[in-house]
Amino acid sequence: MGEILTIKNLSKRYEELTVLDNISLSVNKGEVVVIVGPSGCGKSTFLRCLNGLEDIQDGTVALGGDIINPLKGNKSRSREKIGMVFQSYDLFPHKTILQNLTLAPIKVAKRKKDEVTKEALELLERVGLSSKKNSYPRQLSGGQKQRVAIVRALIMHPEVLLLDEITAALDPEMVREVLDVVLSLAKEGRTMLIVTHEMSFARAVADRMIFLDGGKIVEEGSAQEFFDAPQTDRLKKFLQTFSYDKD
Amino acid sequence: MGFDVLLKGNNMIRLLEGLWVALRISLISVSISIVLGIIVGMLMAMNRRVINAVTRIYLETVRIMPQMVLLFVVYFGATKALGINLSAETSALIVFSFWGTAEMADLVRGALISIPVIQYESSTALGFSKLQTYLYVIIPQIVKRMLPLSINLITRMIKTTSLVMMIGIVEVLKVGQQIIEANRKSSPNAAFGVFATILLLYFIACWPISCFSKYLEKKWEN
Repeated sequence: MGEILTIKNLSKRYEELTVLDNISLSVNKGEVVVIVGPSGCGKSTFLRCLNGLEDIQDGTVALGGDIINPLKGNKSRSREKIGMVFQSYDLFPHKTILQNLTLAPIKVAKRKKDEVTKEALELLERVGLSSKKNSYPRQLSGGQKQRVAIVRALIMHPEVLLLDEITAALDPEMVREVLDVVLSLAKEGRTMLIVTHEMSFARAVADRMIFLDGGKIVEEGSAQEFFDAPQTDRLKKFLQTFSYDKD
Repeated sequence: MGFDVLLKGNNMIRLLEGLWVALRISLISVSISIVLGIIVGMLMAMNRRVINAVTRIYLETVRIMPQMVLLFVVYFGATKALGINLSAETSALIVFSFWGTAEMADLVRGALISIPVIQYESSTALGFSKLQTYLYVIIPQIVKRMLPLSINLITRMIKTTSLVMMIGIVEVLKVGQQIIEANRKSSPNAAFGVFATILLLYFIACWPISCFSKYLEKKWEN
């Protein structure tokens, strides 16, 4: 259970505006970290800094000891070790589901086509979408697309998986099928950083909860401490917005 | 009906040679327009203020000016004003490429900005380099979106080459006129036959392009 992702003093600024302010965090192998916070608190930006989609103004992000942001030289190679799934559907519309999965392993990781295809079919089977292998993304429901997006990230064998509000754009009845996939990944010991608004899911999946507000980590702790005994007023207030009392 | 003149001497061959002149000018300027149009279109999609201003003026100029005026400006104007001696065909190539590049660039720009940012980001997250992202993800989607409009542009360019006779290039329409003139006494009805044949020749030249485009659209419809 060694440390895999190490974030030191990370700051992200857009000119005058500080979006992330001196964040430090280390994530162990197999750990699931769930990040919550009010909208605009920098959660998504934080995830995007981790795989280099955003440049950072201060600090470092290191994966297994190698600094990956800021990065000099061959950027793309280190990105494949961090998989990411986004909120909006990001499948390639001109490729079939199977091709969506196999494109990156073949072109980026230079793996053999038969081997990649075999793995892709196994992964599709796992998320119950074998029958869709020759369909195009527009023929799939939102929940199905997100399940494909998850396995498309997995097939690159990432060491860390970043999930950025992957159910936020889904109809409620499709949220479950996607989160079940994420839960099964957590069970098999995947290292994940998850940004979500689904609090009951967060509680079930998280080894550690983080509350981000104003670009800073305001509170962190185990799921139980976090939800049952929040320390800071800001977190208490935030959690209250999710509960309803009739009186 | 006047079709008989075409069988006299080598009239039909001359007409086909004339068609080749028109097609050659179109093919060369279409090729130049595609290459330059992609480059200019990519520049336009970068959305930089200076580039936008320059390309905007360029595009508007091309759209406002009739192609014939542009031809006259380059062929007669440049020769006199700048002292450059341009052949008629070079002038035609310049004008048609100038026009085609502007229109093609606008198509490329439109297709590029219609691709959601998430397509670039998810490619990056999967480890694709910039070049690979364009090669495997962006360009295939752009080509698909641009196809119908670029085919339309190409056929428009082919048809408009008939204007080059105005600066003295002997292309298919001019050859047709010459044949009619030469046979005015022997076959006074030649005009109908000759022009109808030219119409047919243009159709034969442009139709396969439309068919090809329809075929690709169908194929990509999936």
